[in-house]
Amino acid sequence: MADFAVHVALLLGLPPLLLGLINKTKALFAGRNGPPLLQTYLDVWKLLGKGAVYSRTTTWIFRAGPIVSLAAVLCAGLVLPLASNASPLGFAGDLVAFAYLFGLGRFFTMTAALDTGSSFEGMGASREAAFSAFAEPALFLSLAIVCVPAGSATFGVAFGTLPWATWGISHPTFLAAALSLFAVLLAENSRIPVDDPNTHLELTMVHEVMVLDHGGPDFAFVLYASAVKLFVIGALLVHVLLPIPADGGWRGAALLCGGEIALAVAVGVVESVMARLRLPRVPQFLVGAAVLAAIGLAALYYRGAP
Amino acid sequence: MLALAVVLVSIALLCATGLAAVLAGRSDRAALHLSTAGSVIACLAGAIASLAALIRGEQASLRAAWPLPVGQLHVALDALSSFFLVCVFLVSGLSAVYGAGYLRAYIGKRRLAPALFFFNLLVAAMAALVIARDGILFLVAWEVMSLASYFLVTFENEREEVRRAGMTYLVASQLGVVFLFVLFAMLRRGASTYDFDAFAAAAVPASGLANTCFWLALAGFGTKAGFWPVHIWLPDAHPAAPSHVSALMSGVMIKMGIYGLLRALTFLGPPPAWWGAVVIAIGVVSGLAGVLHALAQHDLKRLLAYHSVENIGIIALGIGVGLLGQSHHNPSIAFLGYAGALLHVLNHGLFKGILFEAAGSVFHATGTRDIESLGGLSRRMPVTAAAFLLGSVAICGLPPLNGFVSEWLIYVGAFRASASLPHAWAVAALAAVPALALIGGLAAACFVKVFGVVFLGEPRSEAASTAHEAGRMMLTPMVLGSLLCVSIGIWPAAAIRLVAPAATLLGRLPSVPMTVAGPMVAITRVAVVLLALVALLALLRRALLAGRPVASAATWGCGYSAPTPRMQYTAASFAEPVLEPFAAAIPRRVRQEGPAGYFPATAHYEEHLGDMAGERFLVPATRRVLRAISRIKVIQQGHLQLYLVYIAATLVALLVWQLAGSGR
Repeated sequence: MADFAVHVALLLGLPPLLLGLINKTKALFAGRNGPPLLQTYLDVWKLLGKGAVYSRTTTWIFRAGPIVSLAAVLCAGLVLPLASNASPLGFAGDLVAFAYLFGLGRFFTMTAALDTGSSFEGMGASREAAFSAFAEPALFLSLAIVCVPAGSATFGVAFGTLPWATWGISHPTFLAAALSLFAVLLAENSRIPVDDPNTHLELTMVHEVMVLDHGGPDFAFVLYASAVKLFVIGALLVHVLLPIPADGGWRGAALLCGGEIALAVAVGVVESVMARLRLPRVPQFLVGAAVLAAIGLAALYYRGAP
Repeated sequence: MLALAVVLVSIALLCATGLAAVLAGRSDRAALHLSTAGSVIACLAGAIASLAALIRGEQASLRAAWPLPVGQLHVALDALSSFFLVCVFLVSGLSAVYGAGYLRAYIGKRRLAPALFFFNLLVAAMAALVIARDGILFLVAWEVMSLASYFLVTFENEREEVRRAGMTYLVASQLGVVFLFVLFAMLRRGASTYDFDAFAAAAVPASGLANTCFWLALAGFGTKAGFWPVHIWLPDAHPAAPSHVSALMSGVMIKMGIYGLLRALTFLGPPPAWWGAVVIAIGVVSGLAGVLHALAQHDLKRLLAYHSVENIGIIALGIGVGLLGQSHHNPSIAFLGYAGALLHVLNHGLFKGILFEAAGSVFHATGTRDIESLGGLSRRMPVTAAAFLLGSVAICGLPPLNGFVSEWLIYVGAFRASASLPHAWAVAALAAVPALALIGGLAAACFVKVFGVVFLGEPRSEAASTAHEAGRMMLTPMVLGSLLCVSIGIWPAAAIRLVAPAATLLGRLPSVPMTVAGPMVAITRVAVVLLALVALLALLRRALLAGRPVASAATWGCGYSAPTPRMQYTAASFAEPVLEPFAAAIPRRVRQEGPAGYFPATAHYEEHLGDMAGERFLVPATRRVLRAISRIKVIQQGHLQLYLVYIAATLVALLVWQLAGSGR
């Protein structure tokens, strides 16, 4: 019960902090003060208190979009183990459910965008559809690296058998998985080099333009869902990179929080030092991530590890 | 025995009411009611009987004398037959109800009797095919099925493209059946009879003969199933047929190819591992080619037809994983692969039925299948739109619907194979994982595109803005199908019970090898939590907005204040960034006239995306064969005298041969 409470508290409480950390890091690089660390919490709170304006073109699907997206990422967060190797909704084969729950959220974000009839939002949805499709193989190949040694498509089991003791030997393969997952994280969360959350021109946006017409509590859901998504995919990466104890406890929670914070800073650094890729280059970036994971997988088989 | 008897009576009832529709003469209305009632009753009875047989594990067989010189009338029920019977009767029953609503618009315009007769005949032939246990009976049912569906495809035969599509289909299915003739002839060599029991008892050992049989079965049954590259008839035939027929053909008829392949595999002894790798390769290519070509389509039904190729690919991935597991005597991998493939057969029948029926309703309401001229239909056709959305989520394999369950089984089978099989075969199984992931991502792109462009936004044409919701007869099967999709998705444990007996039969496993009951309950839990979260957030949103100002306005046009519906994003634009990296795989013809001068009045852009298999392989190959054959034309000059000379020469040659033979 205590584990469950910790899991839910981390899942609900921590995500908005990561967005604040990213912005702080970027501000530091730019020599600005930047918005307060807790700005995203304030934004969500403010938006929850507002009314709403809906386009006359939209239907119930537009209103369902943010709800289903948020429910799907929260559900994915309940499937993935966070501060330990157990999770409230985990089961044998939960890895597939995890990936497909994100797919469900994305499906509804994209249909909600098309519901407005705006060509800008259509453009954003189209790019999101393309990039997420190309990110899927990278995600599944790096998940395969994680779960082939365990022989199980189950997060709890796979994390339990990650070879921390032999980290030196398996190092390259898991580094490949981690790098590939990091690329997926950047793409799935609309960060540079795939998308720029700070862009001002509708024509160049991907995620931001899809949610252009959402306002009030709907937009609060959208904002919160994107923070949760970053947190959840980040937690997966942290599990691959850090030896979070199987039974969790305070060490698990501390490692997870530390890892997530480091990750947010890393994302901020990437955003500060890199320009965004040209749109036609993005699929190459994601296919590159998939190839990296495939090479890691090949190395794993070559060693005869599984 | 009772179940088999009910199935036989259902088949007889289908044929009888079909015939009665023809004999009803001038009254199309009476014919429609009669044959629909007959097929609904028959399908209901058949579905219940086969379901009961499946759950109780009933086996029955019946032999009777057959007046033909070869073969005998031998029908039987086992788990595999019962499972496919459930699929056939379920989807056919729903399609029949839909057809009754769909065909009503044609009353007085054309004779309905042939369409009704062949529909019932098609269902009867599929049911007979699944229970047939004799090679000749099987092939007869197979041919009746092919021909009945040919006549259904060419229902509107005054249109040229329909006749063309029909001819392509006819030629493809007849070419396919040639492989089956050879297959059964080869199987008979070992068994010395056409009886399936004898085939199975002879169980061709792993040898050159078994390999030949395997390739023949892949070619013959694969043509019907729609494996790449012999899927080429499918995207033509489905749009040409009336929508309830498309639903039936895509939902169950192409699965008869899968049934045939699975049944043939039971005759062939233990499979070598490379069969599994071959089937996985076919699955990867069919799945990716299907979904990519689907993305390129603008014709709603043609798009759905390509998705059938994609889903057949997914089924093939399951079969391949099952074969790999079976060949390595790994019961759990074999079970997961086969169970996933079989469940996907049922699932695809259900959601593709909904999608084709919804597409038919759209066509019915607007008179067009071109998605670029539709839009905003969810306001005018709310139930159809909701059903299409549900079908889309299901076909993309997303939770909490049924498509997720079957894809989950295949994924977990492949992951398990990747860890416990020898390395070469582990990699083959692992190839299924990124392929399934990419197929899933592309399918989501495609269904967001089609749902968004057809049902959301503003209407792009007069026809779309005056559309009306379909009648109750057409909505009922969509709603029922949706309910089934939801129930399998939320309660997969029940669905597993349906496929488990057939999967153990295919894998030749002594019992259900490992319990998937745990994960199935867990999937239920995930689905319930997901739905509860959705409900909770919806209530939260409602509570927050209560009493606050909620205004309506125009969509934000980014500063432009006079947008028209024509400015909305089109399906072609939507698909472009997804297709761009695959440009080499899809032949593209573009005709473009850019705006010219200072005040350009017009510009023109035209793009045609073809089918790679057809344009790059099949058409050139056919042309080459025809050219080779045309060399023989030299001897065919049309002069009667010359032909008489041929006859005389042949007779003389035979005479000489005979005399030389007897002289020795």
